[in-house]
Formats: sequence, structure tokens, C-alpha cells
Amino acid sequence: MIEFQQVNKVYDDGFQALKDINLTIKKGELTAFIGPSGSGKSTTMKLINRLITPSSGKVLINGEDIMTKNPVELRRNIGYVIQNVGLFPHMTIGKNVAVIPHLKKWDPKKIEPRVEELMRMVNLDPEVFRDRYPSELSGGQQQRIGVIRALAADPDIILMDEPFSALDPISREQLQDELIRLQEELNKTIIFVTHDMDEAIKVADTIVLMKDGEIVQTGTPESILRHPANDFVRTFIGQKRLDGDMNDGIGIDPESIRVSTVDEVMVTQPATVTPNRGLAEAIKIMSGRKVDSLFVVDKQRKLLGIVSIYRLLNQYGEENKTVKDIMRPIGYQVSPGTSLPEAVEIMSNARLTNLAVVDDDGRLVGLLTRGSIVQHLNEVYPTIVEQFASNLGEEA
Amino acid sequence: MSILTFLQERAGDIGIALQEHLIITVSSVLLGCIISIPLGILLVYNRFKWLNSAVFFIANLLQTIPSLALLAILIPLLGIGLKPAIIALFLYSIMPILRNTYDGFQSVDPSVLESARGIGYDAKQRILKIQLPLSLPYIMSGVRITTVYIISWATLATLIGAGGLGQLIVSGLGTNKLELIITGALGAIVLALLTDALLGWVERMLTKKYGRTSSATTA
Ligand SMILES: Nc1ncnc2c1ncn2[C@@H]1O[C@H](COP(=O)(O)OP(=O)(O)OP(=O)(O)O)[C@@H](O)[C@H]1O
Ligand SMILES: [Mg+2]
Repeated sequence: MIEFQQVNKVYDDGFQALKDINLTIKKGELTAFIGPSGSGKSTTMKLINRLITPSSGKVLINGEDIMTKNPVELRRNIGYVIQNVGLFPHMTIGKNVAVIPHLKKWDPKKIEPRVEELMRMVNLDPEVFRDRYPSELSGGQQQRIGVIRALAADPDIILMDEPFSALDPISREQLQDELIRLQEELNKTIIFVTHDMDEAIKVADTIVLMKDGEIVQTGTPESILRHPANDFVRTFIGQKRLDGDMNDGIGIDPESIRVSTVDEVMVTQPATVTPNRGLAEAIKIMSGRKVDSLFVVDKQRKLLGIVSIYRLLNQYGEENKTVKDIMRPIGYQVSPGTSLPEAVEIMSNARLTNLAVVDDDGRLVGLLTRGSIVQHLNEVYPTIVEQFASNLGEEA
Repeated sequence: MSILTFLQERAGDIGIALQEHLIITVSSVLLGCIISIPLGILLVYNRFKWLNSAVFFIANLLQTIPSLALLAILIPLLGIGLKPAIIALFLYSIMPILRNTYDGFQSVDPSVLESARGIGYDAKQRILKIQLPLSLPYIMSGVRITTVYIISWATLATLIGAGGLGQLIVSGLGTNKLELIITGALGAIVLALLTDALLGWVERMLTKKYGRTSSATTA
């Protein structure tokens, strides 16, 4: 268990980075610190391994004040992973993973098998990777090594400062999944700094939300999503603020659904094609954007018509035809400012999968899709979506 | 008189000159390393920036004194012979080695240092196991450049009675013997090339032993 008791941090330049932090981090849990840049997440985390000393207040680990401990010893017993990985470029992967056991003067005979075990744990074949240098690994592989290096001497506590934020979305997802899997096996006390709410929700048992050096809210991801403490939290977790009365997301006036207009809901970059494109080109655009129809617009984005994949395939043999030869006129459209219910009604009456939003000059400004409507409802009216979901459940 | 018979006749003199030259060079470069590498490291950790500027200013200043003048200045202080020659050339070696050590240490990726600290390397271990090996290419290139220059400057040491390959050149000038002058000059060139190659080899060995030092740092 890690406890912060009335911790303040004032940096040398007089900047107060932390204000009266009181926090208990439970043993065996993954706690995510989240907040905007400069909110003091890293500072709070570095207090735990004494990379930073509090100006006042105490940090206790298992009831013991860490200021009474030797900082170097303390750090060797706490794993540390940072965003820039910080692998040692002049050491092989095998040596990098072994650094902490070496520092702790393990029996060399025990180190080698431990390194192999760790590398297998993150699916990096020791035979292949042990003798490589960090620069010969991809970003994701380097970060895996960063993580197992921190695990090497089996510390109870691991600090991770935005460990995955420099990775591409796919590697990030993978490493998050691996972290969850490792945590299920190992049950470490992990402090995980991030500024990605989706990541925090995915990996954390407890979320600590910070702003301007203060803790704004602490709780499970579920409780924070359901009961955001204030507007800051609400904005931060991605719920758009409502115009009507709203307390803690309870008791939304369903009438307030009328305040939404198509402008808030529409996707602003619908897939389009210019009239003189060939049919093969149009199909390529469709597959790139993963859509089954394209809006045909001229250079001024004036909406001319629509082509569907069926029509394209039908006419595909005609090499000389272009999009404008086969497009169809638009049946339904709405202008910006139209209320959402009105638009939804048009869509459901005419059985449309989407609806173009066109301004007075005939320009395509956006597109209402079923997906965008559901997403909007989820952001603005979580309780309605929940009710909706439970109604569906009852019907089923 | 053929070159061969000339070399044979003068083999003794040439051998002594070469030996003296080597002693002067090696002593001054070694002295330079012993003083400048630790000094460079100290400056990296020094918090008073004005002190760094002052040290670099002095080291730079030393570099600009013409070698002949420096040798002359040292005579009243240290007399003549090997000692003042070594001291003078050592003074020249300070700047390049100091500068390169300092730059090498500064070039180490801060995130590598942060993770070393966070993992539990103490200050001494960070210097010896992280910063020194990572700045080895910088330091070695400083040492190599210095050595090559010093081999060339050491030809002047004979003017204050320290001998060396310069001795051959000077006596060649005095007796108007071109072959002596050429032997002295060529000797210095060959010595410089050989030493540089040797140091390059040392650098590769050190790098092998203390870990590969590539400029590629983790992204
Ligand atoms: N050594 C320092 N001296 C002075 N101010 C500092 C120092 N380190 C951090 N700060 C300031 O303290 C505040 C909190 O910094 P911290 O690194 O904890 O933020 P963070 O929440 O981790 O932000 P980020 O998401 O950008 O990493 C920032 O305003 C920062 O500028
Ligand atoms: Mg940070």
C-alpha cells in the first residue's frame, strides 16, 4: 500500500506543482493517474521512488516513510518504465533486461534463465532478440523490453510513466492487452500515468484524475463514468456538456434531446468523389474509406449526386464512363440547423442509412449516419443509452 | 649516397630521436587524459555555469598560444629539456580532450539517464557504466586528434633541448643535409599515421569490451 499524506511540491523556481495530495494506492491494483499535461502526474509518481522529494508531507510504503530509506536501494525495489523507453543503447537486450538483477548482485547463474523467462513472457524469442541492440528493435518491442526490465527483479511496485504513448495505435492496444494479462498473473501494485482516458478505462482498477496539481476525483472507471464529480471530469471523459439541467447524469429531461441539431452529430468528412473520376478510382476510394457509396461533389463541394457500390459494379465494364455518367440524384437532404429528431424522422420514414446535410448554396457540409447518431447519444445521454439498452434487454 | 646506406649510418640517431619523440608524445597525451577526462566529467556535474565558461576560456586560450612562444615562456619556469616540452604539449592537449569528454557526456540521451537513476544506478555507476561507455567515441576522437597534432608539434621540442625527430630536422638544416630533414619530417608523419591507426584499434577493442557505442539511441 502506498500513501500520500498532505504532500506538497514546490519546484526550485517557486512553481507549486502539487497541492495537498492525499491518496491511498491499494496493493495489487493498477492505479492510473490521468489529467491534462502539466497537471502533476509524473511529479506525483516520481515521489514514490524518490526521484523527487516532497516539499512537505509524507509518502509511505506499507506504512514506512520512504524518506527513512536509502533512495538507491528503494529504486532497485521499484520497477520504473518511462515513455521514451530509456533502454541502454550500448547494451544488448539480454544485458538490458538483466541490469537490475546485476545491480542487486544476483547469482549470475540465476540471471540468465530469468532473462529468458521474461522475454518469453512478452513473446520475444530470446534466441532471436537477446543479442540484439535496442536500436535493432521496433518501438513496440523496445517498450516490451522496458516493461520486463522493470519486472526483472520481481518488485512489488511498478511505476509506468506514459509507457505506451509513443507507440502506434495497434502496438499500443497490444501492449495494453499484454499488460492486463501480466497483471492478472502477477498482481503487482502498478502506477500507470497516461493522458488517454480510453487507455485508463481499459487497464485501470482505480483512476486518479488530476488537474493543476490537485486530485479532482478518485474511483473505479465505472464510478467515474457514471458519476463524474464536476464539469472538468465530464469534459475529460468525453461527455459533451448539456444545455439543460443535469446533475450527475441523473434525471435528464428527455425533452432536451430537441436541443441537438444535425451539425453536432454529422460527420464532417463524408467520403466524396469528383464527377470526372473513373469507376475503378471510385471503387478504390470506397475501399479506402470502407463505405458503400460516395457523394459526388464538384470543386466547390456542390453536391451533384450519389453513386453506390452496386451501380459501380454494374457499370464497371464500361472503361470510358466516369462517375458523373452513372450517378443518381440525391433524394433527401437537410440543411444545417435542422433538429436531430426531425432528421431522424426523415431517415426512418424514408428508410435511409444516411442523410446529407447541404447548405443554402448546395454545398455538402456533412453527413448524418446511423453510427454518428448512436455515438452522439452515447456521449450526451449515457443514461438514455443505458435505459435503451436495458429496454432492449427486456424485450429480448 | 643511397638512402639505404644513409639510414644504416644514422640508424642510431634516428632510433634515439624516435624514442624521445614517442616519450614526449605519450607522456603529454597521457597527462592530458588523466587531467582532462575527470575535469570534463566534473564540469558536466558542476552547477555553477560561470565556472565552466571560465575553464573552457582558459583551455581555449592555451590553445591559441603559438607553440614556439609557449616553449619559450616555459624555459624560465622549468628550464630546458624533456620536462618543459612535455608540459607545453600537455597544455595543448587539454582543450580537445576536455571538450570532447564534456560533449560526450552531454550527448547521452536524458531519458537513458533518467531510467538509469530510476532503476537504481547510483551516481558512480551512472558515470562508469552508462555515460563513460556512451561517450567513448567522443573521448577517443578527442584523444586521436590531440595525439596526431602533438606528434607534429613535438618536432619543435628539440628547440628547448628535448630531442625528438625535430632534432634530425634541425641538424639537417644546420649541415644542409636534405636527407636528414626529410627523414625527420617523414618520420613524424609515419609515426602520426601509425599512432592514429593504433588508437583506432584501441577504440574498437574498448567498445567491444564495454558495450557497443552506437550513436543510435532508443527512440
Ligand atoms: N524540475 C522542474 N522545475 C520546475 N517546474 C517543473 C519541474 N518539473 C515539472 N515542473 C512543472 O510541474 C508541473 C507538473 O509537471 P509534471 O511533469 O508532473 O506534469 P504531468 O502531469 O506529468 O504532465 P505531462 O502529461 O505533460 O507529462 C508542470 O507545470 C511542470 O512544468
Ligand atoms: Mg508526465
